[in-house]
Amino acid sequence: MTTMLNINGKDMPVQAAPDTPLLWVLRDELGLTGSKYGCGIAQCGACTVLADGQPIRSCSTPILALASAKITTIESLGGEHPLQVAWVKNDVPQCGYCQSGQLMSASALLAQTPKPTDEQIDAAMSGNICRCGTYQRIHAAIKEASGQAPVAAPPVAAKV
Amino acid sequence: MNKFVMDIREPTESVKLTRRHALGIGATLAGGALLIGCSPSAIGKMMGVGAKHDFGAFGPFIKVTSDGFVTVMSKHIEFGQGNHAGLAAIAAEEMDADWTKVRVEQSIANASVYANTSFGMQGTGGSSAISNSWMQLRNAGAAARAMFVQAAATTWGVPAKDITVKDGVVRYVAGGKEATFGELVPVAAKVTPPQKPILKDPKNFSLIGSDRVRRKDSAAKSSGTARFTQDVHLPNMLTAMVAHSPKFGSSVASFDASAAKQIAGVVDVFQIPSGVAVVAENTWAARKGRDALVVKWDDSKAEKRSSDEMRAEWTALAAGKAPSDSKLKWLAFQTKGEAAQTTSGTPAVDTTYDFPFLAHAPMEPMNCVAIVDGNSAKLIHGSQIPTLDQLNTAKIVGNLPGAIEVETLFAGGSFGRRANFQSDYVTECVHIAKHVGKGRPVKLVWTREDDMTGGYYRPLVHHAVRVTLDKDGYPATWRHRIVGPSLNKGSPLGSGGLDPSLVEGAKDSPYLKATPVVDGQAISPDINMPILWWRSVGATHTAFVMEHTIDQLAKKAGKDPVDYRRTLYKKAGAERHLAVLNLAAEKAGWGAPATAGFTRGIAVHESFGSVVAQVAEVKLVNGEPRVGRVVTAIDCGTAISPNQIAAQMEGGTCFGLSAALFGQITLKGGEVQQHNFDAYRVLRHNEAPHVETYIVASSNPPSGVGEPGTPVISAAVANALLAMGQPMTTSLPFVKT
Repeated sequence: MTTMLNINGKDMPVQAAPDTPLLWVLRDELGLTGSKYGCGIAQCGACTVLADGQPIRSCSTPILALASAKITTIESLGGEHPLQVAWVKNDVPQCGYCQSGQLMSASALLAQTPKPTDEQIDAAMSGNICRCGTYQRIHAAIKEASGQAPVAAPPVAAKV
Repeated sequence: MNKFVMDIREPTESVKLTRRHALGIGATLAGGALLIGCSPSAIGKMMGVGAKHDFGAFGPFIKVTSDGFVTVMSKHIEFGQGNHAGLAAIAAEEMDADWTKVRVEQSIANASVYANTSFGMQGTGGSSAISNSWMQLRNAGAAARAMFVQAAATTWGVPAKDITVKDGVVRYVAGGKEATFGELVPVAAKVTPPQKPILKDPKNFSLIGSDRVRRKDSAAKSSGTARFTQDVHLPNMLTAMVAHSPKFGSSVASFDASAAKQIAGVVDVFQIPSGVAVVAENTWAARKGRDALVVKWDDSKAEKRSSDEMRAEWTALAAGKAPSDSKLKWLAFQTKGEAAQTTSGTPAVDTTYDFPFLAHAPMEPMNCVAIVDGNSAKLIHGSQIPTLDQLNTAKIVGNLPGAIEVETLFAGGSFGRRANFQSDYVTECVHIAKHVGKGRPVKLVWTREDDMTGGYYRPLVHHAVRVTLDKDGYPATWRHRIVGPSLNKGSPLGSGGLDPSLVEGAKDSPYLKATPVVDGQAISPDINMPILWWRSVGATHTAFVMEHTIDQLAKKAGKDPVDYRRTLYKKAGAERHLAVLNLAAEKAGWGAPATAGFTRGIAVHESFGSVVAQVAEVKLVNGEPRVGRVVTAIDCGTAISPNQIAAQMEGGTCFGLSAALFGQITLKGGEVQQHNFDAYRVLRHNEAPHVETYIVASSNPPSGVGEPGTPVISAAVANALLAMGQPMTTSLPFVKT
């Protein structure tokens, strides 16, 4: 059985069973491995992609629910997205495994709220777990990408 | 002397590892002091057999190509620590390479050249990546530099001493000549490397310690293109999942695979030592196949206790109950003066502390790709201890360890989990790939539930502490009992003796040094489940106990916690502790009002050769501690990458705070109650502190950074709560539900 999905602006026929979570179709069938598996129950956000601009957890969204949606993955950001530039400048990633999901949540936030407050960033990003604890730099990078000064001094490493 | 016994004619012979206390911090593997005690040549003989590799003209650590790029080979895995940048910077500094043209590549597995110099095997742990590579990479870089200088001298016919090198360009200024590393490669590669290259005076370092030393992998990790084990797709590859017993120590009694085999995409179902494997054409089919499996488990040898029962047992032992097993003995870790004095007088503190099991829960659940064809095997995964993975795989496929190929990828975190003596999930994958055979790649995927219920936890630990004060308010006697299972039991380290990681941080505490009478003992009850080092290991509990106890003592003595520590550090001669304490207190504005609504707490702890002080600002939100500003001061010797040291302080603090606030694995009837992040709560974005990092200037060799930022925050929070007028904290996590 074939399901037609629209991913990163392209219509893509996929063969997986309709109950298959989008994540496994992206990763196993389409080779889009930027979105990660972390929990399988929409708790950690490593699999976050956008459906019609809204962040969704692809690990627990079956493809049959997405037949008419425009799906956007980390692969669509292109590497020069202001968030990605800020991510690199701030050296946000540590292990890096959660960062695709973090970036997709952040990109949805900035698309809807170009200059988010700290509280809005907290609310939008609390669904994405980072076990390395890069939250502070994620926060600073979102501020920077949205043209705002970071809330407090950036990470300090001073020789004294 | 310790022995590493491995007869290379008998590849199935088990390896004997022995402990060596004397190496102390430098010999820790994620904290558990260990060493394969044999000469590098013996390891090389063993691990090099079957391994074929030409390391090139500049040796195993450096490659230079005609495009002028310098590639530094990292023998260590990168799973977040930032070590790849630091390792490259060490070599690049001595080479005078152009940092913008320096790359890092993961080395192959070959302990004959890539062994961790602090524990003999190739592996990453004990926050040792930078420290054990320090001289190795300085020498490699300096030797390469000398080869380029000699190449230029020969080419230009000028004295080598008149040649300078800067940013990858070699110059003879007097003659107006210059050439890049890339241009000189053909000649330099033929120069004999100096045996004892001349190292730079650290005063002349220009890259090391600068803000230019930044991660090399941020772009790949910000675009979804960094390659993890989970991302490996090979032609004809199968994906495997394994049904494990809900209880530790159970075995398969029987299983019914008929329903599983009906699932489209399921290729085979079979038993392996650790459970029942389902192999399928893709991940979702494997998952559905495993869900459809019916397995009956033989629980006769299983661990059936609840964690509450264990805690009660540990508590009773500390309170003086005789161990049920006569082989269990209390072992002294520090004694001074007359022990009897520690139970007399009026105690200022007389309390117990309880710490739960903790899961590492890295973002990428355990996984591995294995390809087995007859006796040959290749592993592709985030290998933390490639040497152990080679040894354990070699036993299964019947080959020489050195012949087992390991391709190490980025790993989505570890925090200690990927380093274990059994290579648990790796050997599971090898068993499956061996069954599949014929060189067909198998990717083993653990679900989050497999990962969280799969054991290898930070063990449940109990402390009992009784302290009396002298007339000036400082500790006069200190009685300390620690009850916790040994990480060494069942491992090649053997089960005899004290597990040093159980008492580290208490045993070497400056507070005990400053106390005239000490009776410190520990005991390790048996436990039939896998336990493991967890980021900062013993310090995860000892730092809390020592630092929270000190604040209570200061309070009883009516003294300021910072002043109280200053006096004790001076008594103990703990100068590095004093320096980070003063720096953190100064930068935090200790003594001046905290941020409105917050209360400060301080804690200081040494681990992995580094000393960290933190001042945390804490408030209560709906009864839960919430941490705002955290001022961190660290002495980690020579700072290679200040930016990444700060990153590790930020991340380490979050990791420690997550566990302190919420972390606990509990068991009922031997079964783990938390299966995923809905029940095992971890720190989220809105709960994260803002960490500032200050680094003490030091000319000492670099020491650990990955772990020392983790254990301090729990006590800093507890001490802030104490300062707020809250009761002392006698168990973690702070948030019980």
